[in-house]
Amino acid sequence: MRLNVTVNGESKQADDVWAGESLLYVLRERLGLPGSKNACEQGECGSCTVYLDDVPVCSCLVAAGQTEGRRVRTVEGLADGDRLDPVQQSFVDNGAVQCGFCTPGLVVAAHDLLGRVPDPSDEEIREALAGNLCRCTGYEKILDAVRSAALATEGS
Amino acid sequence: MSTSTENRVSQAGVGTSPQRPDGSMKVRGEFAYSSDLWHEDMLWGATLRSPHPYARITGIDIGAALALPGVYAVLTHADVPGVNRYGLEHADQPVLAEDVVRYQGEPVAVVAADHPETARRALERITVGYTVLEPVTDSEAAVAGEGAQLHPGGNVVRHVPIRKGDPAAAAEGAEVVVTGTYEVGMQDQAFLGPESGLAVPAEDGGVDLYVATQWLHVDQRQIVAALGLPEDKVRLTLGGVGGAFGGREDLSIQVHACLLALHTGKPVKMVYNREESFYGHVHRHPAVLHYEHGADRDGRLRYVRARIFLDGGAYASSTGAVVANAATLGVGPYDVPHAAVDCWGVYTNNPPCGAMRGFGAVQAAFAYESQMDKLADACGLDPVEVRTRNAMAEGTSMPTGQVVDSPAPVAELLRRLRAMPLPTEPGGELDLRRLPGGVSNTTHGEGVVRGVGYAVGIKNICFSEAFDDYSTARVRLQVVGGEPAATVHTAACEVGQGLVTVLQQIVRTELGVERVTIEPTDTTIGNAGSTSASRQTYVTGGAVRAACLKVRDALGALSPSDLGDKVLDETVEWRHRPTEELDPVTGQGNAHVQYGFAAHRAVVDVDTELGLVKVVALDCAQDVGKAMNPQAVLGQIQGGSAQGLGLAVMEEIQIAGGVIRNPSFTDYLIPTVLDMPPMNIDVLELADPHAPYGLRGVGEPPTISSTPAVVAAIRAATGRALDRVPVRPEHITGT
Ligand code: FES
Ligand code: FES
Repeated sequence: MRLNVTVNGESKQADDVWAGESLLYVLRERLGLPGSKNACEQGECGSCTVYLDDVPVCSCLVAAGQTEGRRVRTVEGLADGDRLDPVQQSFVDNGAVQCGFCTPGLVVAAHDLLGRVPDPSDEEIREALAGNLCRCTGYEKILDAVRSAALATEGS
Repeated sequence: MSTSTENRVSQAGVGTSPQRPDGSMKVRGEFAYSSDLWHEDMLWGATLRSPHPYARITGIDIGAALALPGVYAVLTHADVPGVNRYGLEHADQPVLAEDVVRYQGEPVAVVAADHPETARRALERITVGYTVLEPVTDSEAAVAGEGAQLHPGGNVVRHVPIRKGDPAAAAEGAEVVVTGTYEVGMQDQAFLGPESGLAVPAEDGGVDLYVATQWLHVDQRQIVAALGLPEDKVRLTLGGVGGAFGGREDLSIQVHACLLALHTGKPVKMVYNREESFYGHVHRHPAVLHYEHGADRDGRLRYVRARIFLDGGAYASSTGAVVANAATLGVGPYDVPHAAVDCWGVYTNNPPCGAMRGFGAVQAAFAYESQMDKLADACGLDPVEVRTRNAMAEGTSMPTGQVVDSPAPVAELLRRLRAMPLPTEPGGELDLRRLPGGVSNTTHGEGVVRGVGYAVGIKNICFSEAFDDYSTARVRLQVVGGEPAATVHTAACEVGQGLVTVLQQIVRTELGVERVTIEPTDTTIGNAGSTSASRQTYVTGGAVRAACLKVRDALGALSPSDLGDKVLDETVEWRHRPTEELDPVTGQGNAHVQYGFAAHRAVVDVDTELGLVKVVALDCAQDVGKAMNPQAVLGQIQGGSAQGLGLAVMEEIQIAGGVIRNPSFTDYLIPTVLDMPPMNIDVLELADPHAPYGLRGVGEPPTISSTPAVVAAIRAATGRALDRVPVRPEHITGT
């Protein structure tokens, strides 16, 4: 089938999409956007998190066909040109990135949280990120990154 | 020696925490992991694996698979042109199974097709005939020679005995004796980036492989043997690595992808999914450990006797070295006058086990630290006091006879931990999210008890036992665009830990140049050794530093900005001081280069009715010699502690009759952000005079003491014996 979907503000087309392909597969393998990651493809790790019409979803669980005519925003669509989004900048500054495989999903999840709750408590941050696994950091610096991104966003 | 560079102090040199060079790409989603690689015209590879832990293959029919449109190749062992065996220490593992499969998940055939789904369907059309055999699944029985012999030399991969003093005589006079048998379940590295890579056939008949690994040159050695090609025909480049923790030391897709690429003449990409990843790499050895500690009434240790059984699974992998670690570090960071330790690593039909962060030291630590708590109890002593009384120090003689010749601040680490503030007891307005069971709303505080536990651990840093452990580094200095700039080339694998940042820092410090570029990691330069044993900052860092010193010599009195058109270009091989083999009978010898130490204090709340545990605090003190990059040091301690917490309360690959029952992130649980408590961390910097900058490997020690500290805290809360990890709810409730 042919798929029409708006990704990061651009309308995109993918041809010969199989019925069983996920949004994650189409992004990574057909649209040249491998930023969203494939750590489990079972909805358990959050590394594939993207916005679908402004709501964060695990793109590995979304059938590509369901996104026909809809809007997707991936980690590649967060920065403003050369300027990183404050959440991205904060992850880099706070040492929240080691191997970085969890990072795209966590950055999108944290971006969504701060969009809804500009000044989250630690409990709110933990709850919002509970679906995103990270094996490298032990999460401490990810929490630091989200806290300081909240401050940065507030200040701007 | 130049004078001009010495007074230039870099703002981003050794001891600072500059931004990672790959950080910005990683947060943008632009960093190319090995699973992100793409090539015009590429095919997808897939692997057919044995469903049986032990079976004879009676026939393989690939006809129907080959007939499927879109399938380009279906290969079996008959298509392996070189030696159909590989392995890190012993080449005992077939690239593709011949007449026998020895574990569930063993590769039998590989397929290349134009779509991953086509490849998967082709696998379903391969028919393999099996005669199922009775698997060997018990490691103690394997040592006793029971069951089938799985490999020509028998089922013992290695036995290491350590003998110091006269434990039998010491036992006669011991006033207090404590014994115990402990078990450690099989832990998975669970790195997030799946095994993956891209093999591209080259015009010269060779192949270029882009892959996530921990050691390019040892992969290359094994690949060329299997392909029957000379070394210069197989070139490796590191693809972006999504974590490793030991699980990428052994080959996964490497030979398979190259075989398919050479066979089809097309680029072939292979990516495991999560389930396949559980079958596609080695795990941490499960262990059974029998211990006996004898002491004076005041808690001073007189002797330790231990027998340790490590289940290596179907193939040797690095079992031999893991056995040596568990044996030589088997009494822990204590001064023990008399010791007899025996450790066996065996072949069974369980999943192959090999390297995982902590490498043999993790299993031993759970047992010896549990014993130290028992000893404290038996002597009526506080657990910190009994450890401090027996703490080793610089100058202590290890059970191997090796005299420790650099700081070993075991007592100091414990003192510092104890001085840290304890979290406040739950009280006032209760937030469910802070209680065991969390938002599942299983308790409002009733039935919840708190416990505190301590543990300390020891790890050898770098490769041991006379291994020629070195790294190669090339450093170039020139003026680019009017500014001095340096480039660094090594084959050392960045797996997430931040080696690339540290190498830049070293060059900035040594050459006084701010602009430092790290070149792609590949096999066009000499061996760097493995990214394991907490060794890369030490060894490749040492090599980069040595190359910088040569550049500085060549620079003479010049300042880097005065180089003009000159390019200074130095390559060095650098090795740490040599180590010795262990005597095969007594286990005596200076086998290790350096020892690392960390200690943890855990505070837990336990819901005793449901057996649920919430780790409320996990504090750590560790000596790192020199904090080369303080932010990265903390990251290693936090991440390593989390993996230790995981082993304590949730992480286990469950095996029944050789079959994995939970190969998914639904059923194999790793800590989430809700499971990890805040950590107080105290980093000591007591320089090791033998190491570059005085540094001590950082990555592994925090994984070792975290597990026993959490379990000690649960014991303190519940009074249960808890002799097995991970601790399950039923161990706590006793149901
Ligand atoms: S890859 Fe989608 S949740 Fe793990
Ligand atoms: S940084 Fe490696 S998984 Fe999070």
